[in-house]
Amino acid sequence: MTTAAQTHPTTDAVLQRTPLYDLHVAQGARMVPFAGFEMPLHYKPGILKEHLHTRAAAGLFDVSHMGQALLRPKSGNLADAKAALETLVPVDVLGLAPWRQRYALFTNDHGGIIDDLMVANLEDALLLIVNAATKDGDIAHLRAHLADTCVIEPLSDRALLAIQGPRAEEAFAALAPQARDMRFMEVRRLPVLQSECLVSRSGYTGEDGFEISVPASEARALAEALLRHEAVEPIGLGARDSLRLEAGLCLYGTDIDTDTTPVEAALEWAIQKVRRAGGARAGGFPGADTVLRQMPDQARRRRVGLRPKGRAPIRKGTALFESPDAAAPVGTVTSGVFAPSLNAPAAMGYVETAFAAVGTELYAEVRNSREPVTISPMPFVAHRYKRNPPQ
Amino acid sequence: MRRFTPDHEWVEIDNDIATVGITPFAQDQLGELVFVALPEIGHKFARGEAAATVESVKAASEIYAPLSGEIVEANTALTDQPGLINSSPTDAGWIFKMKITDPGETEKLLTEDAYQKLTA
Repeated sequence: MTTAAQTHPTTDAVLQRTPLYDLHVAQGARMVPFAGFEMPLHYKPGILKEHLHTRAAAGLFDVSHMGQALLRPKSGNLADAKAALETLVPVDVLGLAPWRQRYALFTNDHGGIIDDLMVANLEDALLLIVNAATKDGDIAHLRAHLADTCVIEPLSDRALLAIQGPRAEEAFAALAPQARDMRFMEVRRLPVLQSECLVSRSGYTGEDGFEISVPASEARALAEALLRHEAVEPIGLGARDSLRLEAGLCLYGTDIDTDTTPVEAALEWAIQKVRRAGGARAGGFPGADTVLRQMPDQARRRRVGLRPKGRAPIRKGTALFESPDAAAPVGTVTSGVFAPSLNAPAAMGYVETAFAAVGTELYAEVRNSREPVTISPMPFVAHRYKRNPPQ
Repeated sequence: MRRFTPDHEWVEIDNDIATVGITPFAQDQLGELVFVALPEIGHKFARGEAAATVESVKAASEIYAPLSGEIVEANTALTDQPGLINSSPTDAGWIFKMKITDPGETEKLLTEDAYQKLTA
């Protein structure tokens, strides 16, 4: 028996630890290298049970390996920082209201994606949450392009916890009652235990929940307080991956990277009208020509959801064919799991645009056999965000 | 006679029939299994060839033929209950049986003591 790589390759570099490392070990976590950190892959119950627990109750995730940074306008006028950031992302940042958060993408000159991130408006600054493996590059990118107008301040002394699931509100509100009043993608500065936290109502599982930026020194106390709630269990990166895939959310470096554009990645929804062709601030971000030209369905390929008909999972790198005997593939799987909440396999990948329509049947090559798969809508499991009531 | 491979398979040898599964250590490393691809009856494998695949939520793992031979039976209960490998790796969770073609190869397998030292 050999196991396919479950984690990122180990390097000789010394692995960093988050402020919750000792707690993970005490909780029985299996620690693995991930993006330069020693992170919990799973705890004693295992990925399947941790996944289902998050959907049924509440899961606590340590995501302190991710990057947090403030973007402060040198002028003191936040609009200047917003306008500056708009030169790097195809997103309406100027229209981001105070104490709201929005998904964004750094693009390169070819329209490829350098990273995906969250941008929050803290009134005096923008808070950026970026991926672990890309954070150093992102900071360098921001400094190279925005140093004239902004101060870029990495928040390296803060941990980041996520609590996710239908009972996340109940568990977190026991420590921070005001959290109950928050809505999806709202951000607040809240006193929690002995510290002031930056809290957003968001996450990476498709469930309701909160992401909590907490001073590193207070992280363990906060995690332990949340774990004392009977609904809350610690959840590792393994279940985080299967949860986000069921929710149809991309993993940077796997489903999106510098060779995929936002349009190919089916992320047009992240490009608000004002930045599209004909909008008041159309373009003006790296690779805008390519991205905006692709907008009316002109991309050569597209990211889609895939549901195999059988029970065999299809994994990253699996080739997709138009028929059981076609010679040339029309697509590739970028991530695939056995989806615990579906009790069936699910995957995402890229296919030539002609084959991207929901309901199209393709064949995945698994162990020298062509297995039928259907292009399926995403998310695979409905999102359960606590959205603003209709206005 | 029960023998082991360094790849964490166990092999129960009864005359010329070898029953193959994975060790408790292996199932613990893999986590809860959700799918098993069984070999076809009659298929011949050389020692070391991938004969079956077991899959967890996140990863697929090959099970190698510990000896050269022909598949005579596969544990079809695993199709509906792959978790039998987790709950009973050395008994109800057996994966396939093969008719051995080269009995001399059994000497290359590990004794239980040697295998335990490997995973200690």
